Amino acid sequence: MNPFSAPYLHRPTSVNRSMNLVLVALLPGILVYLTLFGSALIVQIFIASVSALFFEALLLYWRGRPVRERLSDHSALVTAWLIALTFPPLSPWWLTVIGVFFAIVVAKQLYGGLGQNPFNPAMIAFAVCIIAFPALMSQWPAQGLNLPFREQAEIIFGLAPRLDALTSATPLDAIKTALKTDALYDNLQKLLMNQNLYGTFAGRGWEWVTTAYLCGGVFLLIMGVITWHVPVAFIVSMSAIAFICWLIEPSRFANPLFHLFSGGAMLGAFFIATDPVSGCATPRGKLIFGAGAGLLAYLIRVFGSFPDGIAFSVLIMNMTAPLLDLYCQPKVFGALPSMPVKKDLAAKVKEEESP
Amino acid sequence: MSKKKLFSFLGGIKLAHRKEYSSEKAIAPLPMPKKLILPLRQSAGSLPAPIVQVGEKVNKGQCLAAAEGWISASLHAPTSGTIRDIGDYPIAHPSGLVAPCIVIEADGEDAWGERQPLLEHADSERLDPETVQRYLQSMGVVGMGGAVFPSHVKLSKAPGVPLETLIVNGAECEPFITCDDRLMRERAAEIVSGIIFLAELLEAKESVVAIEDNKPEAAAAMRAALAARLEATANHIRVVVIPAVYPAGSLKQLIYTLTGKRAPAGVLPPQLGVQCFNTATVYAIWQAVARGEPVISRIVTVTGNVGRPGNLEVPLGASVADVLQYAEARPESDGCLVGGPMMGFLLPDYDAPIGKGANCLIARSPQFFPHKAPESPCIRCTNCAQACPQGLLPYEMYWWSRARDFAKAERHNLQECIECGCCSYVCPSSIPLVQYFRFAKDALRTAATKKEMADQARERFEFRQFRAEREKTERTQKLAQAAKQQSAKLAAENANAAPAEDLDETRKQALIAAAIERVAGERAKVGCDEGANATEAALAPNHGNSA
Ligand code: SF4
Ligand code: SF4
Repeated sequence: MNPFSAPYLHRPTSVNRSMNLVLVALLPGILVYLTLFGSALIVQIFIASVSALFFEALLLYWRGRPVRERLSDHSALVTAWLIALTFPPLSPWWLTVIGVFFAIVVAKQLYGGLGQNPFNPAMIAFAVCIIAFPALMSQWPAQGLNLPFREQAEIIFGLAPRLDALTSATPLDAIKTALKTDALYDNLQKLLMNQNLYGTFAGRGWEWVTTAYLCGGVFLLIMGVITWHVPVAFIVSMSAIAFICWLIEPSRFANPLFHLFSGGAMLGAFFIATDPVSGCATPRGKLIFGAGAGLLAYLIRVFGSFPDGIAFSVLIMNMTAPLLDLYCQPKVFGALPSMPVKKDLAAKVKEEESP
Repeated sequence: MSKKKLFSFLGGIKLAHRKEYSSEKAIAPLPMPKKLILPLRQSAGSLPAPIVQVGEKVNKGQCLAAAEGWISASLHAPTSGTIRDIGDYPIAHPSGLVAPCIVIEADGEDAWGERQPLLEHADSERLDPETVQRYLQSMGVVGMGGAVFPSHVKLSKAPGVPLETLIVNGAECEPFITCDDRLMRERAAEIVSGIIFLAELLEAKESVVAIEDNKPEAAAAMRAALAARLEATANHIRVVVIPAVYPAGSLKQLIYTLTGKRAPAGVLPPQLGVQCFNTATVYAIWQAVARGEPVISRIVTVTGNVGRPGNLEVPLGASVADVLQYAEARPESDGCLVGGPMMGFLLPDYDAPIGKGANCLIARSPQFFPHKAPESPCIRCTNCAQACPQGLLPYEMYWWSRARDFAKAERHNLQECIECGCCSYVCPSSIPLVQYFRFAKDALRTAATKKEMADQARERFEFRQFRAEREKTERTQKLAQAAKQQSAKLAAENANAAPAEDLDETRKQALIAAAIERVAGERAKVGCDEGANATEAALAPNHGNSA
């Protein structure tokens, strides 16, 4: 297509390129994950990708959108991979497909497709499944799962029985249980040491996966796919609240480092809370969004009843994003501090409130 | 010449300069075409009025159309010849508009008329700024950077604000364009004379020639020319090399880069103690005041898909086709851009003439302008907001413009958009954002004009109504009074001598007077009602508009 009005130059960039970079940035995390927790993940990624592309194509077709063109932006693949990474690797195949269905069909396409979804699709998938299938969604393998690939695949596809022995509590879960059942709380540190849960500086095994996510996230920052605001605010706020709790009662609460490198914190900070569509777009809005997500994630994972808090914290912040953006408009170049930008916005809000 | 801190504005983009095609080509004159078509519209403001007749012989530099009003500039003959026509011809405009033009057939002599340089006549004393302004207006000097705002207007200072910085804009931040670069390299002495002239006239505390860092030769030439003039040091004139970030040459951004002053919306540079002229404008000013040469040609960069790219001194009124032909434009070009690739426009008609603002012609081909991916949905990646030098949120303005809710777009400061194109350039979804903004601004402008016209019509109508009513009441009163006088007179006459046959007559007249009075009263009342109805009717559609 030739533009028929200025500018006639265009940076060779595309949505497809950004999405591909996100996929590339996920690769280190995936590799570490595969090495430490078994090859089941690859099956999950495959299931999620295929079903995501299928649902996306079907819905695009029904909605009369250019299927091939929109499929090639690869945004469905990013959602699929995030679902595969946040679901337990040995989840049955239908659980993953249900997750993908809710993400692509309900959360994304029914809201108008790419760019229109108010909620992060992958997190909708996680939230729906953990509410509907809490037991399945909590079965995480221990490090060094030594099942051959074939057997793992058989478990996923329901050809072999699911053995509870295969899975164990995640480090985060173990602490939560400890916190809730008062009997154990005074020896939390010991619990972590003794139960093969605590690695060098965070949850055993997971610490390396999350470190790999961090590297991928830094890569995205360097490539300019995401800005620093959300990850930095996320990490700072989560560390701050964790630090405060830990200072008050170190025997009950884990230290900030443990929290940052356990569960989905890094994935959330760099890959999930940074979703441009459902998050904030203004710089100050992004800071508040990231900080809110970090804080809520901590509160939910420590005091709530779900194994991790990333999904719900991001979804809650998604709800606040439009309002945050409205109040965080940047100043126009040349505008004096007293320029009527703010006033106008206040008037706008009032106007919209009054019928 | 102390080195001062530069300020870097937010946003902006790095572009491939692509000036190499024409930057080493010296300025060459375009051979005088046989026919020149000169649109009267050569500047912002009101059109100048033609003062020549069809068939008249004119000399080079002779005034063809005189400025009308203050924001207007005169137009002169680029060569000697005969006026062949005064009428509508297509002009260089994105929509292929036709506009009033003066057509000259060149006689090939290129003979100058009488020239009266201002500086020759002026005595050694200081020139009065107003004299200079009138003179420049009569010489048709306008902004040669593309904005074509009459330059003499910009010589007025804001009352009570001394001019601290006179900026000479040699940034030339758009890709491809090299005409100012060449001008500074080849005619630095004249530009420097012009700067000194302006600096002294405006009593500028300092003057800055801003040149992007991709034009070191131009900066060197200007420095050398400044060093050769003692007055340059006395007037604190210096060259400042600024980073090549598009749009560094945009007015607000340039002022900020050099002075750290931000111009809020609606504030003109002189109110901040700053004024800015393009290098080519300064050159034109100097040509006018020192040589008595009005603006009759300009330097045009021809580049892109042409065999002979270069910088041509083109007489005004030469057609784009003339220039492209001279530059050997390749036949497979798919269009010609006037102005730069970021803010220029695609020319629909090559017969359109070169005007005072046409700084660059680019023959387009996929080799220079690769095709763009089709538009896809906005993903709110905020690349556009990060690139916007005005600190706007293009994705929001786009959202509302697309929804045709232009008032909301305006609340997101649509009117602050300078249409630089940075946002469109970086958008990964290939959304032609600026196109949406132009559309929205147009719609708002149309709505504003419509509203203004409706308001005016209503006011006029109401006033007419008011006047009609007043006149009616006055007339009624007059009639009533006349009738009273009449009856009083008759009564008196009757009392004096009342012949029987006259009595009937007087009574008849009194009756008639009373009837007139009654009817007039009635009419006045009806008229009033009608008026009220009509006013309501006039208001109704307007309510509809504003709702
Ligand atoms: S750059 Fe394009 S896709 Fe990104 S936010 Fe702006 S308009 Fe949307
Ligand atoms: S065209 Fe307007 S909105 Fe886009 S970057 Fe330039 S000033 Fe900002």
